[in-house]
Amino acid sequence: MKKIISLFLAAAMLALLFTGCGKSKTPNKTETTANTIRFLNFKPEVAPVYERIAEAYKKETGKTLIVETAASGNYEQTLAAKMGTKEAPVLFQINGPKGYLNWKDYCADLKNTELYKHLKNKNLAVTSNGNVYGIPYVLEGYGIIYNKEITDKYFSLENKAVDFNSMDDVKSFEALKLLAEDMQKHAKELGIKGVFAATSLKTGEDWRWQTHLANIPVYYEFNKNNVDLTSDAVNKINFEYSDNFKNIFDLYINNSTVDKKILGSKIVDESMAEFALGECAMVQNGNWAWSQIKNISGNKVKAENIKYLPIYIGIDGEENQGLCLGTENFLAVNAKASEAEQKNAEDFMYWLFSSDTGKKFVVNDLGLITPFDTFGENEIPDDPLAKEVILWTNKENVTNIPWYFTVFPSQNFKNDFGAALLQYSQGSKSWDDVKKLFVEQWAEESK
Amino acid sequence: MEKSIKKYFPVFLLPALTAFAIVFLIPFLLGIFLSFTEFTTVDNAVWIGIKNYITAFTRDKNFLNALWFTTKFTLVSVITINVISFALALLLTRGIKGTKIFRTVFFMPNLIGGIVLGYIWNLLINAVLGIFGLDITYDAAYGFWGLVFLMNWQLIGYMMVIYIAGIQNVPSELIEAAQIDGASKPSVLRNVIIPMVMPSVTICLFLTITNSFKLFDQNLALTGGAPAKQTAMLALDIYNTFYGRIGYQGVGQAKAVVFFLIVAVIAFIQLRITGQKEEEA
Repeated sequence: MKKIISLFLAAAMLALLFTGCGKSKTPNKTETTANTIRFLNFKPEVAPVYERIAEAYKKETGKTLIVETAASGNYEQTLAAKMGTKEAPVLFQINGPKGYLNWKDYCADLKNTELYKHLKNKNLAVTSNGNVYGIPYVLEGYGIIYNKEITDKYFSLENKAVDFNSMDDVKSFEALKLLAEDMQKHAKELGIKGVFAATSLKTGEDWRWQTHLANIPVYYEFNKNNVDLTSDAVNKINFEYSDNFKNIFDLYINNSTVDKKILGSKIVDESMAEFALGECAMVQNGNWAWSQIKNISGNKVKAENIKYLPIYIGIDGEENQGLCLGTENFLAVNAKASEAEQKNAEDFMYWLFSSDTGKKFVVNDLGLITPFDTFGENEIPDDPLAKEVILWTNKENVTNIPWYFTVFPSQNFKNDFGAALLQYSQGSKSWDDVKKLFVEQWAEESK
Repeated sequence: MEKSIKKYFPVFLLPALTAFAIVFLIPFLLGIFLSFTEFTTVDNAVWIGIKNYITAFTRDKNFLNALWFTTKFTLVSVITINVISFALALLLTRGIKGTKIFRTVFFMPNLIGGIVLGYIWNLLINAVLGIFGLDITYDAAYGFWGLVFLMNWQLIGYMMVIYIAGIQNVPSELIEAAQIDGASKPSVLRNVIIPMVMPSVTICLFLTITNSFKLFDQNLALTGGAPAKQTAMLALDIYNTFYGRIGYQGVGQAKAVVFFLIVAVIAFIQLRITGQKEEEA
């Protein structure tokens, strides 16, 4: 008996020993020739699309695209883990100037690539010392998404308190506040639980406020002071427009579907579900949210009723303000990969955004509004929010706000600010303290 | 015979040593090395001395907060878990009807994964607090007691099983002899049963202290550190530092080394103390 046991134990040990060796013999290994491109995909929801893209690419060029996908919110972690291995991605994503700093040893210069030459607005790229390290491949826009069906219903009420009759007349924070507060009073008649969807403030679910909403006051402050975004001047902020941030934030949390004390357990999915199910009239988010709205079962909101409103925060001249347009998605090529591999990755990038097959995938399946001149005017995705973004981009006399949050000092800063916003909503932190934290943490994290 | 064993012992030991080196020694030493460097991946580490350790204790205030929170949590949960599970073990060794069912039921929570548990308790606690229009992120105290409760719920069954085994091993002659000598029930418990189950106490204390100190999944799923990282324990703080902050991988690694030292020292001291008690008994 004892012999059998010790035999078994010895066998188990050996098995343990050799599992390490076994792994390297997987079929992938044989394909690590000069004809493969390893891509680490950022968005899990489009992973199946990339599989089809890989098939098509193999058919057209004979090269193999190996797509790996990081779990939602885990891109940096996955990238860090993969970069250390032999099968490191050759094509990957960085999220802007700050992301570049973390991966600068791994980002190859892309200024001579075909794709960069076709980038319409060169200012959007991630650059350093005249070299290009990240090419944006998508344009995204966010604002307040509203359900026109519900606002129309409100405007047809006899006892409404506002004197305008269409959302087109909402051109300032003042008007938005009047509208939202009166709509909240009539919530029952409108068949909604509240005007704004829940302000999701759970840790990791608060980016719509600590990043996106904060973008607007930061933009106005930097703009007013003529701050050069590539200089050290961004290391300091006074949060001059903190009261404006408070304006809109208060409006969100006080006229919402849920009580502001329980926002700490709300997540973005819930907010989008509330909007899709017609339980609220407005929600702040970007055009990427369309797939979420569309895929919620029992969704009641019609595509043609989904519209955008800029996020007004009560600043002089804001009637000309547009949506917040930009991106956090930049393609980068691994500088530590072999030259042949880098070339393959660059070829693939260009193919995806210029060939007919590639463009079809980009527009129809990935649903991207791209910043490249290889796309014609009709080659735009068929979803209501993307159409709205393009509509706002082309509006005359409208200033769209760029994404300044790519220069926010760190994720840690954003998380701390988000946590402070939650404490403010719960009533355990004063606004002055929130403001103080914003200023101090910004300086501290910029060191 | 003995000679040939001496001659060949490296050959026989080699597989075990290689396995030990690959799965433990190398990662461990590499981890310590990385804590003295600035790195994004293992390949591009640059030596910077003890700077990471200084940052962990000075600029990064979260680490000391997490250490304090974890210590409080460990103190409270170790006491509650061991007292309750020992009491349950006493109850369930008296031959009450349905003992086996009770034991199984109490043991079950231990079989559920930490993340799922944390998530379920998050829903439960929020449902209860929801009556008052609050949730678990409202106050760090809610998160603290939520974690203590969750930890108790999960570990009591496990510790109970160990204590039951210990109590059942107490020779009945000893107890009978004590009873004949006129010892009261509390005195039998204090002077016979407890000294005899000291080995179980050692194991249970060791398991609860290290488990409480290293708690991660439950912490992540139940509170995620909210509000404002006040309920983040050491493991979660290390995770957040390592993965959540650009350029802080080295600091996270330094924290992890400090964390290891703390756990090792506590476990060592605790084993020494209870080990002495065992010998006395």
